[in-house]
Amino acid sequence: MKKIYDVVVIGAGPAGLAAAIEAKKSGAGDVLIIERNNEPGGILLQCIHNGFGSVIFKKDLPGPAYAWNFIEQARSLNVEMVFDTMVVDITGGRKIYASNSVEGFIELDAKAIVLAMGCRERTRAQIMAPGDRPAGVFTAGMVQRLVNIEGYMPGKNFVILGSGDIGMIMARRLTLEGAKVIKIIELLPYLTGLRRNYVQCLQDFGIPLELSTTIKRITGKKRVEAVETVRVDETLTPIAGTERVIACDSLILSVGLVPENELSRKAGVVLDPLTLGPVVDETMATNVPGIFAAGNVVTIYDLVDYVSMAGATAGISAAKFAAGAPVSPPAFTLTPGDGVRTVMPQKITGLSGPDASVLVELRASREFAGRVSVNILEDENIVYSHVEKYARPAEMITLKINWNETAKKLSNNKSGLKVNIAKI
Amino acid sequence: MEKKFICIRCPQGCEITTTLDGLGAITDITGNSCKLGIDYVKSELSDPRRTITTTVAVTGGELPLCPVWSEKPIPKDRVMEAAAVIRPITVAAPVDINQVICENILGTGINIISSRAITKGGQ
Repeated sequence: MKKIYDVVVIGAGPAGLAAAIEAKKSGAGDVLIIERNNEPGGILLQCIHNGFGSVIFKKDLPGPAYAWNFIEQARSLNVEMVFDTMVVDITGGRKIYASNSVEGFIELDAKAIVLAMGCRERTRAQIMAPGDRPAGVFTAGMVQRLVNIEGYMPGKNFVILGSGDIGMIMARRLTLEGAKVIKIIELLPYLTGLRRNYVQCLQDFGIPLELSTTIKRITGKKRVEAVETVRVDETLTPIAGTERVIACDSLILSVGLVPENELSRKAGVVLDPLTLGPVVDETMATNVPGIFAAGNVVTIYDLVDYVSMAGATAGISAAKFAAGAPVSPPAFTLTPGDGVRTVMPQKITGLSGPDASVLVELRASREFAGRVSVNILEDENIVYSHVEKYARPAEMITLKINWNETAKKLSNNKSGLKVNIAKI
Repeated sequence: MEKKFICIRCPQGCEITTTLDGLGAITDITGNSCKLGIDYVKSELSDPRRTITTTVAVTGGELPLCPVWSEKPIPKDRVMEAAAVIRPITVAAPVDINQVICENILGTGINIISSRAITKGGQ
């Protein structure tokens, strides 16, 4: 390892690999990826199901095969990768402190950094599921790792809490491996994952889904013996008298993902209280000069293709910064208006790229059944509009905006823009 | 007769409504955003298929399992049967990506192939 790099990427998942590749292609000389796992690929390695690559490769690939394309490209471009290595601190001055069992304590300087640490799963502690504390309560990603990589079947009879994609995918996976998935229960009155996973993971295998239902109690001495479920009303309050006891030996939690930003905070990166990731502009720059971020560390995506695209943008921006290109401060802020829960980027320079195209990723705050328009507003004035067939919190909406066109409609003195979703 | 589908060909998941005549032929399709939706409905009505993804055991590898998939979708009603055929398979490391793990699964003419490489390793 060298002492100074043009670009250092933290994390060798889909965002980090794409960032390193594009940084190299954009002329960065020394590019290093630091990864805590023993190989590159990130979470894709345990996502052995297909469904990846429909946007970038126009193919339907399993996760490891999707990752393979990027790993091979990174290797052929001589991106340096160091594994089994944990970054412990990053400073605002872009000093990186890491450690591993071979080199011990490592100190590096980076001309630019890309944060690509991904996310973590919400656990039992974060949803405060009451009851005993026996073995047999797992997060969905943990079960995915046990079954798909390590070769362990962690139970026989499963109940799954949460209708997120990983939970549904694991319901199918466990069924294929001979386990029994009794049912999936979901607190909200709607599915929180993609509908195609409802079809191909639950319907195909006859696995029941119960909406507006949650866990009232987990029981079991050493191992989970049963869970007690209860129906909830529109305010998500349990309805007395609707309790049911389901005998099972395992409970899987598929209750959401949280961007992992301990390192970002240490570096002084400002986080968005809604996405829980760094506030970024469309070049994926954070508030700290020379520190960029991309992927699930910024906001939780539905599709890996868009993670790779954001990583690529961050890599290009990092290479430019490392080469001494001037920094363009954000000229606009983008905040959620009616019907919108999160929006990323939160800031726009309006200057990047030859076609000044800006990718905006947003999530609805509630269900819109019919056609909607997704608008960008300057006060009450619509400066950009896009029609979707529907909007659901479970499905991210991606806008590809030609900022040159949009900017023409802006008055000169406004910098605060809002995004809203309106019924048509 | 009206029949509803949720298309699984891409993550968008279009809700498609089809009208069928007495013989089961499609007379109308609405709700699809692209041609894939029409293909999907036609195949769901005549020959529903799914891609199967699972793992096989590896001996002498850096990891104990190798992920595998059907290079093309297989008949939906034979997915569990295919899983049972694949489950006992063991391969020796090294495994290459796209290596044929099980040829012509259940006589469908479709191969089961690896979705990553597994190098030799010390377990």
